Amino acid sequence: MWDYFKLIALGLVAVLAAIAANYARDLAYMVNAIEVMLAAAIAFIWVLRTMGSAPAPQNEYFDDVVRAGVIATTFWGVVGFLVAVIIAFQLAYPVLNFEWAQGYLNFGKLRPLHTSAVIFAFGGNALIASSFYVVQRTSAARLFGGGLGWFVFWGYQLVIVLAATGYILGATQSKEYAEPEWYVDLWLTIVWVFYLVAFLGTIIKRKEPHIYVANWFYLSFIVTIAMLHIVNNLAIPVSIFGSKSVQVFAGVQDAMTQWWYGHNAVGFFLTSGFLGMMYYFVPKQAERPVYSYKLSIVHFWALIFLYIWAGPHHLHYTALPDWASTLGMVMSVILWMPSWGGMINGLMTLSGAWDKLRTDPVIRMMVVSIGFYGMSTFEGPMMSIKAVNSLSHYTDWTIGHVHSGALGWNGMITFGALYFLVPRLWARERLYSNTLVSWHFWLATIGIVLYASAMWVTGIMEGLMWREVDSQGFLVNAFADTVAAKHPMYVVRALGGVLYLVGSMIMAYNLWATVAKQPRVAAASVAAVPAE
Amino acid sequence: MDYHILREFADSWAMLALFAMFIGIVFWAFRPGSRKTHEDTANIPFRHDDKPACQGGGCQGGRCHDDGATL
Repeated sequence: MWDYFKLIALGLVAVLAAIAANYARDLAYMVNAIEVMLAAAIAFIWVLRTMGSAPAPQNEYFDDVVRAGVIATTFWGVVGFLVAVIIAFQLAYPVLNFEWAQGYLNFGKLRPLHTSAVIFAFGGNALIASSFYVVQRTSAARLFGGGLGWFVFWGYQLVIVLAATGYILGATQSKEYAEPEWYVDLWLTIVWVFYLVAFLGTIIKRKEPHIYVANWFYLSFIVTIAMLHIVNNLAIPVSIFGSKSVQVFAGVQDAMTQWWYGHNAVGFFLTSGFLGMMYYFVPKQAERPVYSYKLSIVHFWALIFLYIWAGPHHLHYTALPDWASTLGMVMSVILWMPSWGGMINGLMTLSGAWDKLRTDPVIRMMVVSIGFYGMSTFEGPMMSIKAVNSLSHYTDWTIGHVHSGALGWNGMITFGALYFLVPRLWARERLYSNTLVSWHFWLATIGIVLYASAMWVTGIMEGLMWREVDSQGFLVNAFADTVAAKHPMYVVRALGGVLYLVGSMIMAYNLWATVAKQPRVAAASVAAVPAE
Repeated sequence: MDYHILREFADSWAMLALFAMFIGIVFWAFRPGSRKTHEDTANIPFRHDDKPACQGGGCQGGRCHDDGATL
């Protein structure tokens, strides 16, 4: 019966999307409507063909969706890093903004494609897949909601495709990290609500008396992102057949809402969610429980109470009231403490097992990621201090800070989790090659070091050049002077990106070879075999 | 409702309530006798790696560590 409802709903969506494509007022909307039509049609056929098949056994974990998520994470990671390298070279060599591709593949169009691909496609898929894996194991229960996990996974991929094609064709609401237009926002809201239902449902039917700390972090990520997404995307569409919409907030209120969203996307998407990963995968890979469970509780609540206030530091010396700006600064500085509490907890989990660093490149990756977490959560509070911010804001220092966090912390912990998951999910005894993991580790680490140091140099130089005045009080440098001076560092940055991209491609090959070239082990003994 | 009323509420009673809540959580985490619970909870990732808990007829109440994993 339920399958018939699904078929009717999917058929209706396909027809409505076709009508919408027909009446479309702009190209981006038309292409997006056709994509929705195709997605609904494919889902219709899939539901039709699997109708009446036996329900999934309840005494097994729902790992198919996690496997799909691992593949999607790897794929979007490589895509996101590739676009990153292209735009890094476009900045160093503007001639790469080809004349024939103007309006489609120039820096301005590709930049949001890069940020959304790495944060939401790579990071988002890593979070959804790992959260489904972790919540099932730590709740000792199968994922709630039958096939709901599949809806969340494919719904989220549709969000990514709609957003990416929309950007290239010009559908954007111009809010950083929240560029997708109103209909993509609505669809993501639906997908996210069902993500919460699947996750929370699993926690509610758990067989363990307590909720493991990783699930607290994942849950705060899901709930807070829902709240941020809805408030920051309050907009009224100009036409239901067009992609353009108008924001409900205006002026400084809009700016504050955007950076309340923006900083908490960092806090709850890129920090809280990935801390959930850390609290599961680091103890698993180190084969010992987390250093201090009490500290993890204090870490969680301190982080939750503080992060939400830090947003105003993005708007120092603007129309924002002084008190709000000061509040953001103070909260950002206090936030340093819980962040380092979490870092200590992650690192000290290895106490007594530090020798593993020599033999296990996967744990090495996780430790470096926690190190970068510590570094960027020190750099961030420092840059939020008004006096420092007056030098660093609008310069490349900010970009360097973001990337030491994103490449170092988010990237490396995700790579570690992928190396952990693939042998277990596909029942392989071990990874195809630990040597290739070492290559990936060193390429990525050197890439990040090149990137971050280039951006420190160019950022501080740029900031100093902008404020330099002569004895008469006139500005010494034109803006173009700073652009010319930055060229060598931009080349170094792009080369760092190349190293990081090559590392991720090595990982993709290694993970593929683990599944394709390694013998399958008997299922019962999988979990007992360490990955090293 | 005026914006200033909200702002004054936020930096007085709301702040006090949130701060008290946080201090309460810290005391709760360090309460006497919590060590055993926390040790048990910290070991959750090392149980149930392959299969969900409590399958078949022998399962009553649901709350159990029935797979013989180390605690």
